[in-house]
Amino acid sequence: MRANASRRTVLKGLTAALAAPLFPRPGLAQGAPRVVVVGGGFGGATCAREVKRHLPNATVTLVEASPTFTACPFSNGVIAGLRELSQQQFGYDAVRKDGVEVVIKAATAVDPQGRSVTLADGTRLPYDRLVLSPGIDIRFDALPGYTEGAAEAMPHAWKAGEQTALLRRQLEAMEDGGTVVMSAPANPFRCPPGPYERASLIAHYLKTRKPRSKLLVLDAKDAFSKQRLFQAAWKELYPNLEWISLSQGGKVNEVEPATKTFVTDFGRHQAAVANVIPPQRAGRIAEAAGVTDRSGWCPIDPATFESRQQANIHVVGDATIAGGMPKSAFTANAQGKVCAAAVAALLKGEKPGEAKLINTCYSLVAPDYGISVAGVYRPVNGVLTDVEGAGGVSPADAPRSYRSAEADYAEAWFKTITNEVFG
Amino acid sequence: MTANRAVLAVLCMAFAVPAAAQSSAARDVPPGAAACSGCHAPPQLGSSVPPIRDRDPKDIVQAMQEFRSGKRPATIMDRIAKGFSDDETQAIAAWLAAQK
Repeated sequence: MRANASRRTVLKGLTAALAAPLFPRPGLAQGAPRVVVVGGGFGGATCAREVKRHLPNATVTLVEASPTFTACPFSNGVIAGLRELSQQQFGYDAVRKDGVEVVIKAATAVDPQGRSVTLADGTRLPYDRLVLSPGIDIRFDALPGYTEGAAEAMPHAWKAGEQTALLRRQLEAMEDGGTVVMSAPANPFRCPPGPYERASLIAHYLKTRKPRSKLLVLDAKDAFSKQRLFQAAWKELYPNLEWISLSQGGKVNEVEPATKTFVTDFGRHQAAVANVIPPQRAGRIAEAAGVTDRSGWCPIDPATFESRQQANIHVVGDATIAGGMPKSAFTANAQGKVCAAAVAALLKGEKPGEAKLINTCYSLVAPDYGISVAGVYRPVNGVLTDVEGAGGVSPADAPRSYRSAEADYAEAWFKTITNEVFG
Repeated sequence: MTANRAVLAVLCMAFAVPAAAQSSAARDVPPGAAACSGCHAPPQLGSSVPPIRDRDPKDIVQAMQEFRSGKRPATIMDRIAKGFSDDETQAIAAWLAAQK
């Protein structure tokens, strides 16, 4: 604690010419501030680069288990054969060029009192501030029958990568006439409109490649993101898609991977190809760090993204309980930037700025048919809250030229955000 | 309240550019500004979404006003612009202009 305060003070001295510190701290020791970021996705990679930009003298370390990041946005297009998995994949060379030390290892433990992260090989990384951007983990304990092994027969494809490729191969191998069954979980989960974009693009694939097949979507909810827009488009484009809501008996109670069967209160649905989008929680390092609550997600201060449960640990992205902000890549990127500014300010002994965030999220209903939702958020009574009168979904009565423009903007968004985070 | 906001707006107009240009310190990023680059790329990337970093701040403020009022057609900026006041837009526009 004392040594850390000293580092801040030294840094403060360096920046004193530019800004008078609001929270001066005593101390004499030397050393650059140390920031460790765990998780190299949209939230973590963004945050690590931004911290380095704000605090060029800081030692910023990004810990990520995989040398290649596979992006989830647009991965539904890979499943439907519209793009290749390689178009989803990004490396960390540009992050390294910014002066961030990238360590390709799994983080296995966090010591919040001793302020260190332990890696799979036993290495301990000390930090002054830690940022966790661990994304989600699939809960293999929540849906009876859905174990890690079951995900081979009934892929989730909710963490992009091999699972995405597996689901695509299964669809391609399916005979025309086979029934595809998907299940969607109760809230909250990564990418609220994602299951319905996936349903749309699978229906598009079936319509164009396997016209005698159909898609059944079993849902644990009665309402979902962009619902009116999706349903209007399904009515127009996809007579082969049937959505069964919670109140119609859509909630899946159990799966049987040996026969690819979904069991609900009202019946059994056997699939030729099965996609289970299972319940989720924050990535497991969050629990190891003691920043998850009983829900399995992470309560945070909405202005700094510091954990409500552990000092000096911040959490961004899908793992957070972020009020009105949905778990999206745009959200993670926006939170990563706000969190980085707050971390930099706190390390300099300054007061973090006021937070205001945006989310923008596109979904493709067909390759040339895009829809969107946007929101603007600010902290109100400690919760990220929608700014009234702003945001909302695409208009219900727009012409096809508008849908096609939004499909173009969706592609432009993916190019821009992946360039900002990884390029 | 209205008078205070007007005074604040004048202060923002007078000081936003020098304050933003002075330092890239964390606290100088105006609320909401960091999110813009999630969609608006640097000009050199080439995108169907218009770049905003090389614009005159006055143009950004005017565009946001027109998105809010509905005068300027949009697919998504009309929905986002409604979440920002003129004061906030002014500060964001000045900060954007100061970015490299």
